[in-house]
Amino acid sequence: MLGFLTRTRGRRRADLTDWLAWGFLLLGVLLMLGPVLWIVLSSFKTEAALQEYPPTLLPLATETVVVEGHAEPLPLFRVTEGEHAGRVLAQVRRVGLVAQMIDPADPATRIDVNIAAREPVREVDVATENYTTLFSRFNFLLYFWNSTFITVVATILTVLFNSMAAFALSKYKFRGRTVVFLLIIATLMIPPTINLVPIFLVVSQLGLVNSPWGVIWPAIATPTGVFLLRQYMLTIPDDLLDAARMDHASEWRVYWRIVMPLSAPALAVLVLFSVMWRWNEFLWPLIVLNRAEEFTLQLALNSFQGELQTSWSNLLAMTVLTLLPITIVFAVLQKYITQGIAQAGVK
Amino acid sequence: MQPLARFGGWLYAAAFNLMERPMLAIQRLVGVRNVAWAFLLPNLVIFGLFTFVPIFLNFMYATTGGDQLLLWERPGVGAENFATLLDCQNYLDPNTCQRDLFWRAVHNTGWFVVLQVVFMVLFALITALILNKNLPLRGFFRAVFFYPVLLSPVVVALIWKWILQRNGVLNAGIEGVGGSPINWLIEADWAFFWVVFISIWAHMGFYVLILLAGLQAIPADVYEAAEMDGGSKWRVFSRITMPLLMPTMVVVLVLSLIRAVQAFDEIYVLTGGGPGSATTLLLQYIYDTGFAERPRLFGLAAAASILMAAVLFALTLLQLRATRGQAEGR
Repeated sequence: MLGFLTRTRGRRRADLTDWLAWGFLLLGVLLMLGPVLWIVLSSFKTEAALQEYPPTLLPLATETVVVEGHAEPLPLFRVTEGEHAGRVLAQVRRVGLVAQMIDPADPATRIDVNIAAREPVREVDVATENYTTLFSRFNFLLYFWNSTFITVVATILTVLFNSMAAFALSKYKFRGRTVVFLLIIATLMIPPTINLVPIFLVVSQLGLVNSPWGVIWPAIATPTGVFLLRQYMLTIPDDLLDAARMDHASEWRVYWRIVMPLSAPALAVLVLFSVMWRWNEFLWPLIVLNRAEEFTLQLALNSFQGELQTSWSNLLAMTVLTLLPITIVFAVLQKYITQGIAQAGVK
Repeated sequence: MQPLARFGGWLYAAAFNLMERPMLAIQRLVGVRNVAWAFLLPNLVIFGLFTFVPIFLNFMYATTGGDQLLLWERPGVGAENFATLLDCQNYLDPNTCQRDLFWRAVHNTGWFVVLQVVFMVLFALITALILNKNLPLRGFFRAVFFYPVLLSPVVVALIWKWILQRNGVLNAGIEGVGGSPINWLIEADWAFFWVVFISIWAHMGFYVLILLAGLQAIPADVYEAAEMDGGSKWRVFSRITMPLLMPTMVVVLVLSLIRAVQAFDEIYVLTGGGPGSATTLLLQYIYDTGFAERPRLFGLAAAASILMAAVLFALTLLQLRATRGQAEGR
């Protein structure tokens, strides 16, 4: 194992810089993945376990037992000292330093134990109810659907509109082509964040406030997408298109049946970007969507944390479910995503 | 998967059939060459509505007052919005300014941009240099460093809020080694530190990828030649790697500057700009003024965003010059 870890290019031994590099990388892994793992572990803890301080690594909870005559389940303790040492008793209540306890098998007799002389019986308790209540009590599916709808529709329209524009700009020679291309590229300089107020005016005049379309339409004409696809389409030889035209293919057929399939790698990169942008988008939906039933997952999470400061159990579960889709996509397509981003230089 | 693929293929063919006749009609009407405009039309309409027209509307908002959204209901005030924003006895002391919150946001943004960009680019460079070595598991490490980039800002904020809360795991660790717990997000200086730290955590991976691509574009024979001359590691780094990486570094620097000026999402969810206004940045000021608070001062928000646009415009020009320099350098 050590030989494998210290192996470097060539046959020389690992030197100090290699050890420093490994230290840096392991620290980096801990820092980058640790917080995410911590939130996943925490999301399986009961609300009571979440309140515990210091927190335990695994979702542990005090075992409880239902005893006749008591409405609530009673916590179980193992007595450590005194005459009852070794017995497992249920605690009825605590009075000062004394815990009033009973044996679940013999609920009639009360046993008083000093609170220092007992420890809770712990078991791993995976609180799946944190997740299930999201569906029964918190409308999670509605927010999930809103986010999915916006992401899918906006991505389809982005790919369609941007590829049409890129096709026009790369495969036709017409007057004004350079001007249009420069105009589109110039908008790279104007991020939507500096036009918030007027875009809101346009959206509200179109009656799209509190509608998913108010999030979708302003987002789909991305200059990045047009640029990316145009550069790729320039590499498709024009002879192919001319051959199809000889066979009386319409321009739409040339675009749809020849250029689109050949641009698949660039289209895939744009799809990935668009899904990431729309799924994670926050500020614009925050401005446009004010009614809870239109919220995306991101907005729901945000308002949720404001309302329920103390109910971390559901909030953590919801956070995990929100990061799950992107994590799965990344795990599967990791290589393509990192390559695509390194090539395109956009995020 | 198979039925899904078949359904996708069917949809693709259906979309083709749906659009073929209208597009053919347009083609017959305007000729093959001008059909390009038909392809451009959807994109241009959306660009016009949501990008070009708003640029001009933004100036109209900035020169009108009141809290009406409709432009024709807003009274003209000339440059008053700009004047109130810029009315300040001493720009270094926000308390002497008429809109003190705006200037506090400007100050915070300035500090944030400098600290975040400098440390992020530094750590990204170190990470990229290490990942450029021929280590085992390189793909895994690259993926790990990149992973937080994909997380949504809200998720990033909540992950860290959970760690940093008073009874969180960080304070437990500090108490475990004998320290005393700290209210990380309630003490102003610490809150600012974490805002910078977390936005580095969330965005660094992207720049690592770009720098890594730049490092791998340096031809291996340059290094081999240096090795033959017996240059020390530091010499190779300072005389070969850094100069050849400089164009990529400039791009990374400018890109991260542009992003940092517009920072908002994670910070807003994490601290809400607080405690007080200690972590309120420029974009949050614009959002608060124009949308979150009543009355909605659209004019002031637009004026502030035009000032921000001016900064971004200058940075973009810098980027264009840098990329042109990069292209000529090749």
